[in-house]
Amino acid sequence: MALIQETDYGTPARVAETMVTLEVDGKPVTVPAGTSLMRAAVEAGIPVPKLCATDSVEAFGSCRLCLVEVEGRRGTPASCTTPAEPGMKVRTQSPKLARMRRGMMELYISDHPLDCLTCSANGNCELQDMAGVVGLREVRYGYDGANHLQPGKDTSNPYFSFEPSKCIVCSRCVRACEEVQGTFALTIEGRGFASKVSAGGTDFLHSECVSCGACVQACPTATLIEKSVTEKGQGDRSVITTCAYCGVGCSFKAELRGNEVVRMVPYKDGKANHGHSCVKGRFAWGYATHKDRILKPMIRAKITDPWREVSWEEAITYAAGEFKRIQAKYGRDSIGGITSSRCTDEETYLVQKMVRAAFGNNNVDTCARVCHSPTGYGLKSTFGTSAGTQDFDSVDAADVIMVIGANPTDAHPVFASHMKRRLREGARLIVVDPRRIDLVKTAHVNADYHLPLRPGTNVAVINAMAHVVVTEGLVNEQFVKERCDPAAFEQWRKFIAEERNSPEAVEAVTGVPAADLRAAARLYASGGNGAIYYGLGVTEHSQGSTMVIGMANLAMATGNLGKRGVGVNPLRGQNNVQGSCDMGSFPHEFSGYRHVSDDAVRQSFEKAWQVPLQGEPGLRISNMLDAACDGTFKGLYVQGEDIVQSDPNTKHVAAGLASMECVVVQDLFLNETASYAHVFLPGSSFLEKDGTFINAERRIGMVRKAIPPMAGYEDWQITMMLSEALGYPMKYQHPSEIMDEIARLTPTFAGVTYEKLERLGSVQWPCNEKAPEGTPVMHIGGFVRGKGRFMITEFIPTDERTTDRFPLILTTGRILSQYNVGAQTRRTGNMVWHHEDVLEIHPWDAENRGINEGDLVSLTSRAGEITLPARVSERMQPGVVYTTFHHAMTGANVVTTEFSDWATSCPEYKVTAVQVQLAKKMSEWQEQYRETRRITTQILSQTGAD
Amino acid sequence: METEHMVHNANQIALYFGAYPREQAVADVADHLKKFWERRMLQQLFAYVEHGGAGLHDLVLEAVKRLAAAQPATK
Repeated sequence: MALIQETDYGTPARVAETMVTLEVDGKPVTVPAGTSLMRAAVEAGIPVPKLCATDSVEAFGSCRLCLVEVEGRRGTPASCTTPAEPGMKVRTQSPKLARMRRGMMELYISDHPLDCLTCSANGNCELQDMAGVVGLREVRYGYDGANHLQPGKDTSNPYFSFEPSKCIVCSRCVRACEEVQGTFALTIEGRGFASKVSAGGTDFLHSECVSCGACVQACPTATLIEKSVTEKGQGDRSVITTCAYCGVGCSFKAELRGNEVVRMVPYKDGKANHGHSCVKGRFAWGYATHKDRILKPMIRAKITDPWREVSWEEAITYAAGEFKRIQAKYGRDSIGGITSSRCTDEETYLVQKMVRAAFGNNNVDTCARVCHSPTGYGLKSTFGTSAGTQDFDSVDAADVIMVIGANPTDAHPVFASHMKRRLREGARLIVVDPRRIDLVKTAHVNADYHLPLRPGTNVAVINAMAHVVVTEGLVNEQFVKERCDPAAFEQWRKFIAEERNSPEAVEAVTGVPAADLRAAARLYASGGNGAIYYGLGVTEHSQGSTMVIGMANLAMATGNLGKRGVGVNPLRGQNNVQGSCDMGSFPHEFSGYRHVSDDAVRQSFEKAWQVPLQGEPGLRISNMLDAACDGTFKGLYVQGEDIVQSDPNTKHVAAGLASMECVVVQDLFLNETASYAHVFLPGSSFLEKDGTFINAERRIGMVRKAIPPMAGYEDWQITMMLSEALGYPMKYQHPSEIMDEIARLTPTFAGVTYEKLERLGSVQWPCNEKAPEGTPVMHIGGFVRGKGRFMITEFIPTDERTTDRFPLILTTGRILSQYNVGAQTRRTGNMVWHHEDVLEIHPWDAENRGINEGDLVSLTSRAGEITLPARVSERMQPGVVYTTFHHAMTGANVVTTEFSDWATSCPEYKVTAVQVQLAKKMSEWQEQYRETRRITTQILSQTGAD
Repeated sequence: METEHMVHNANQIALYFGAYPREQAVADVADHLKKFWERRMLQQLFAYVEHGGAGLHDLVLEAVKRLAAAQPATK
């Protein structure tokens, strides 16, 4: 595909009930009221010269290039700032306009370096284009006067440079930072001739800039430009694909020269991101070609042996032989597999198919086990489907936004920008979080209420909010009567109205002032459309599922479901965690969340797969590890996950893996789990494969192969080879054929085809006969399960209690620049922002322990001990400490425990009783683990490999 | 699975459904165990109950009895 140049309409699209018809250069065009003349002209196929306008930001009217004439009106208004009116006759070209435009361009060019031939933006520069468009042939003013051509370039940011001498001060970057990203890191410093773009008076790296790339995208010259373009030149072809980082699922144009990626540019037609991006998707893709990539299959008999590179055939034969040997010796249920939320739907589907059909058991699980499995349980139990209710654009209609246990500016930054835009428009904000996350108070956003609850008391808080709704007459009685099960509602109403659930009664437990909680509940219930967005701060608790149910109860009671602007919306962690769940990765259900014990469903798969299937649930990840320690589980196939680093109680995970006789890891890198593996199969990055990802709004987006797989095969092909070697051949020629099978066997995907995805760009499931083009908002007119089901949510405190020995509560999470276990982002320039995990601790707790900023401290729980540097921070509340799990050598999950959600076994990452003390050296585990890695990652020379 | 861990997990399920009337709670605990616990885990739980089931919530004890009666093959 050639390089895709998207049309720039100059100003943003308008949505209006009234349409306006006008003429541009004699051509009639009809646009929504409020549309600019510039946009109307472009929609009529008539581009108007421009420099300061671009359709990602509101019109500014400063460059004066877009002047037009309007019949019957005096002057030459700027087309970007003039709205279209009925009957207008607009002229975009005239001798007068041409003269004025040339005059403006002369002024610009008189103060611009004339180095076009050697400029990084040569051929892709709007200033250069406009000089040509207006017919500029000379600059009468010369180049000797006062100017801004002083040399100097800010290269502090790892991904883009800022060269002020090329700046035309159009303010597009400043406005993009404000309007698109919502960070307000850039400004115009000085006045008149001294005006210049500034990152707040410092360099970009040390400014408030979050490196989202919106400014680079908006810049019409080479002032702000990707370093990769400067180094490699511009791309010559584009491939539209879906980002492989978080669950927002942004669409990108991968721009390439040959098979080398030059840059990733957010795609304007992407329905999840609308042309915006974050630092990870936009810039942190270099891991795909990092020198640490393993490109040859490897095997070894013992995990203490060095790896031996072998041919694909030998590796696959060895892995299959070991799995067959283990099953012959220990039984059919002695092996299992883990699917990856970083792989495509099709790849995930194949792994679970191989486990069920070739292994002959249901021992398949996925990383959603440790993040959003309570979402699946809670929303299915109450609404009837295991997914969020809205599309992202629904937030545009929200009046009250309640963010619970999520930190969108760090973990889902592109959606956070969307949300912040709505907040700047006036939506109210409630934040329920132990930490004072950025969203509580950031540029032009102030939460109306921040409920800083104690970790582990979510259910008490949501119950108290529901108590206020029920006891203060705020129930949407009509909605409940029409849409919900009446007996279940009455049972719940009676429970929730009990005084013990009141804000005053739970204040001592939750730490949330009762008055604030009451006010927040009233605001959510009566402030118009109320939308709940939540993250792992909800799910990763012993009552994770109960809390999801509690939020569903609250939304039903207030009627905040089944329309735009409302809903219960999980912010999914990894790029395809929704898809991996949809594809039947859990041990108890097939694709589309249908239990394996359902005879009709199971028979449909048996018929399609031509093999008998088990009708009882298999083992979850934690159960597999328990069974391994018990000696009954001996073999594991892990595709694209790193359970040693990501799962709780690292020592237990490692002990389980070390007890197995054959662990097969399929990944890009020798990750931590590979330390315990006997077979390594080199996987492919998202740039090297075709398939689909499903984001947090149930949107199925295309992943397209931009470059050939570096190790020779896409991941789905590797699974097919292994399955064939196990005696269960699969014969797909392309992932589209896998999707066709998914559609045949899964009612919610019945209408999904690659042809449709190509045609529409993406679709949101359910996509079937009832909704042929997908379902942006669910539960309109009725719940999937029929009547909405209120469920009782008794608050049961976690058994993980603070004691004299472990007096603090540790809660873990993630930050903007790193992603999950860091395997990808640690191999990019993002390390400049976060090169190590640190422990955030409140000044009061720090002072009590004699801890200063940067001190090395030990973090100890009943599960283990690590050391890491301290960061003294008032974002924490006293008694609570926080760290991330992005760095393997820190080992944050050495400290977390085996306590988990009662329904789904989702680990209780958010509550671990710990002690923090000054330390002098790394912990014993850290020392031992360094040695383990040294031994287990050794690779013999390449003899014998193909 | 370590016995202590198994007992804790099973009791957590009972504590959730314990908010409902007893008959419904027993049925829901049994249903949950059947839907989500793998055969080896159920067998371990059944065996533990046969040996007295020390520390188990009474809803779990009752649910296990029902499951065992309904599914003798899994014992």
